Amino acid sequence: MPFFQKVQTQMNNPQKLPRVAMPERPPQERIHSFDEVPLGYSLEQAQSEASRCLQCKKALCREGCPVQVDIPAFVGLIAEGKPLEAAAKIKEANCLPAACGRVCPQETQCENYCILAKQGEPVAIGNLERFAAEYESEHGDCRPAPKAPPTGKRVAVVGAGPAGLTVAGDLARRGHHVTVFEAFHKAGGVLIYGIPEFRLPKRIVEREVQYLRSLGVRFELNQLVGRTVGVDELLDRENHRSYDAVFLGVGAGLPAVMNIPGENLGGVYLANEYLTRVNLMRAYDFPKYDTPVVRGKSVSVIGGGNVAMDAARTARRLGGQSVSIVYRRSMQELPARAAEVHHAREEGIEFKTLCSPLEYVGDDRGMVHQVRCQVMELGEPDDSGRRRPIPKEGEQVVLDTDLVIIAIGANANPTVTRQTPGLVLNSRGYIQVDHNGVTSCQGVWAGGDVVTGSATVISAMGAAKAAASDIHRYLCRGGE
Amino acid sequence: MFKILRKTELAPDIWEMEVAAPQIAQKARPGQFVVAMADERGERIPLTIADFTPDAGSITLVVMVVGTSTVKLSRLGEGDKLYALIGPLGHASRIEPCQAVAMVAGGVGAAPVYPIARAFHQQGSRVITIQGARHKALLFWTDRLASVSQQHQVTTDDGSAGHKGLVTETLKEVLAADTQKQIGCVYAIGPTPMMEFCAKTTEPFGVKTVVSLNSIMVDGTGMCGGCRVEVGGRTFFTCIDGPEFDGHQVNWELLTARQKTYRHQENCAFEKTLNTRTG
Ligand SMILES: Cc1cc2nc3c(=O)[nH]c(=O)nc-3n(C[C@H](O)[C@H](O)[C@H](O)COP(=O)(O)OP(=O)(O)OC[C@H]3O[C@@H](n4cnc5c(N)ncnc54)[C@H](O)[C@@H]3O)c2cc1C
Ligand SMILES: Cc1cc2nc3c(=O)[nH]c(=O)nc-3n(C[C@H](O)[C@H](O)[C@H](O)COP(=O)(O)OP(=O)(O)OC[C@H]3O[C@@H](n4cnc5c(N)ncnc54)[C@H](O)[C@@H]3O)c2cc1C
Ligand code: SF4
Ligand code: SF4
Ligand code: FES
Repeated sequence: MPFFQKVQTQMNNPQKLPRVAMPERPPQERIHSFDEVPLGYSLEQAQSEASRCLQCKKALCREGCPVQVDIPAFVGLIAEGKPLEAAAKIKEANCLPAACGRVCPQETQCENYCILAKQGEPVAIGNLERFAAEYESEHGDCRPAPKAPPTGKRVAVVGAGPAGLTVAGDLARRGHHVTVFEAFHKAGGVLIYGIPEFRLPKRIVEREVQYLRSLGVRFELNQLVGRTVGVDELLDRENHRSYDAVFLGVGAGLPAVMNIPGENLGGVYLANEYLTRVNLMRAYDFPKYDTPVVRGKSVSVIGGGNVAMDAARTARRLGGQSVSIVYRRSMQELPARAAEVHHAREEGIEFKTLCSPLEYVGDDRGMVHQVRCQVMELGEPDDSGRRRPIPKEGEQVVLDTDLVIIAIGANANPTVTRQTPGLVLNSRGYIQVDHNGVTSCQGVWAGGDVVTGSATVISAMGAAKAAASDIHRYLCRGGE
Repeated sequence: MFKILRKTELAPDIWEMEVAAPQIAQKARPGQFVVAMADERGERIPLTIADFTPDAGSITLVVMVVGTSTVKLSRLGEGDKLYALIGPLGHASRIEPCQAVAMVAGGVGAAPVYPIARAFHQQGSRVITIQGARHKALLFWTDRLASVSQQHQVTTDDGSAGHKGLVTETLKEVLAADTQKQIGCVYAIGPTPMMEFCAKTTEPFGVKTVVSLNSIMVDGTGMCGGCRVEVGGRTFFTCIDGPEFDGHQVNWELLTARQKTYRHQENCAFEKTLNTRTG
């Protein structure tokens, strides 16, 4: 592009303006509260951010979105001042925009591919998605979407996480009778027990569940499939209450441990327990709620992903004076969302990188009081393309700590898979499926973390959408 | 669902509750447990399935009041409903073929021991039960246990019933008298220290000893890892790998420490709960 034209473009085009920042609660205030940190755009702010979008003909941003939300279309509608239409547009591909706008790792997905990212700041697609969803819930028409006439087919969805909820919604709208079986006493999966209130308010998840109920989806809570009822029973044609198809969306939940000394001392949590106590069981409101949680002053969180950030920021809010992330690689390799790392730093979380625990040391009451760590350095890239951490000979550090939260990932939970004969698993214990979520068992589909291992909300929902379409085709064929 | 059909006080602060739970009753086996919540603000706590009647669609729980959650459960009346109940959880007891089995039931442990003893009895093993309590008034289900045992012995700390002394002393006598080595295994279920000392008692005799660990739990499904225990130097999750483990391999010190994690907070909450009288 000739120079004068370039200058011209910059002057006329709002896309050269900096991205509109979303207002946030100040760090000093939020470390004392579980209220949500980002406060949302006003309509004006949203319009001004949306007008930065170039409306690309070949919109690269869409390729970065696992469910291919029509980004230029919805952003364009916001720019025109039509947020309700924008929300409807997003929902064609993504039924949980209020959650995804908040928790998708946009910097590696949609926003990473936005053409503006090449020269400066990408369009704030996540913020705009969140805005459209919030606007709709405040001003929109809450009547359920039109529903196909009843087909008489019955579908059992196992697990009420993002994957299960997506399948339930898609199939209910197509006229099938859907029942969701959930082990916990509340629906939502990781959205309700894992991701904290300050990042994803629980009312959003509850609203979605309510919406599914209005579509006629039935929720059977407190049902551990594989125990309370088996997959074979759900499909048993002899049983008058049986189902024509089953979708397994049971997540990845079996926390990994490192098998190092002291891991089972008092005051050493696996992140799932810590977060479940605080989020689902509301331990932050103890004793108004009955579930307690250890409140540490010096907290060490092991790991560098979203789970670790959530645990660290939670510990800070529960009175942690010094809270550290202990991570074995460097800041560049942190797998957590950039926004969470940024928020964590603002909240005074320290990052002890190139550091890997060797042993937890207990006091005479069996409570943890130190973590002994190996100092690491980065070697050659490994299979994941990230540089492999290798121990630095002879260098160790000892951290004083009264609460440890381990967030190093998950393995496959065997409860359903072990009890379902004929279900083929991969070498890591996750369910083997084709691109439509079809498993080795007739009439059984699977999707989400139980197939991929811990991944993202939107990828679980993407897999769920594919499975729902395939289940629909199968039911229309009469279950052959 | 989860309606309390019947409730009786077996002993001071020990309640028996029959709860409507048809699906759990269908599936339950001796040794398994449920996780229950008394109300919406409640904690999720594990309780053994002390009995189950598939035909009536109900399970029986026996609850000893020790803190907030158990006092809340004990305050629910017939006709009230539990807020949440999930099960059956954990592995069922392995009822191995053996000529004789010795079962030690400490305090509220009488409840979980009963269905296991009954299963051994039904397969034709000779069942010797040793039932211990601090005081006579705290004994319950003695006739039930006796009905499935060839030999049933009672011990109390103060001698108010049966033999005065600890269950471990009686256990030692029973094992010493078993010169033919008919006792294939010992079960010990009760407070953690009792299980630990039973395991220590049986070790010199080389008899396999099964204990049912009562670690603190949240979900009961293997998701949270809160119920971690160390057995034979390896980490297990009590809820999905247990609750029964080889008593000779358990790291008791660690289990005891983990059980005390919330002691201070819980004591404060318990006092508060006791002071809020319900109508
Ligand atoms: C703390 C934390 C933070 C995260 N942060 C992010 C983030 O910022 N962005 C992002 O994109 N992703 C994030 N993730 C990952 C994301 O939440 C998951 O990838 C996603 O929730 C997977 O959805 P799912 O439906 O497959 O499984 P889940 O959300 O795990 O839901 C599975 C459901 O099935 C139920 N269940 C399990 N077994 C049974 C059974 N046998 N019977 C009945 N019900 C059963 C479970 O109770 C649960 O409700 C985070 C995860 C965690 C733990
Ligand atoms: C598999 C399993 C089966 C069980 N079966 C039964 C049963 O059939 N009947 C019954 O009455 N109880 C049973 N328990 C124990 C029961 O779960 C606890 O007593 C209950 O969680 C206490 O809750 P609370 O709020 O009333 O007391 P809390 O306020 O939580 O605790 C009061 C005191 O008890 C200690 N404590 C807490 N939890 C436990 C625990 N799990 N084991 C030992 N001490 C603990 C605390 O440190 C505290 O000092 C079982 C536990 C497990 C793991
Ligand atoms: S769903 Fe996630 S990845 Fe897709 S456009 Fe929305 S924020 Fe981006
Ligand atoms: S790539 Fe960026 S500028 Fe182009 S349409 Fe997508 S969001 Fe708009
Ligand atoms: S109670 Fe959560 S894993 Fe066992």
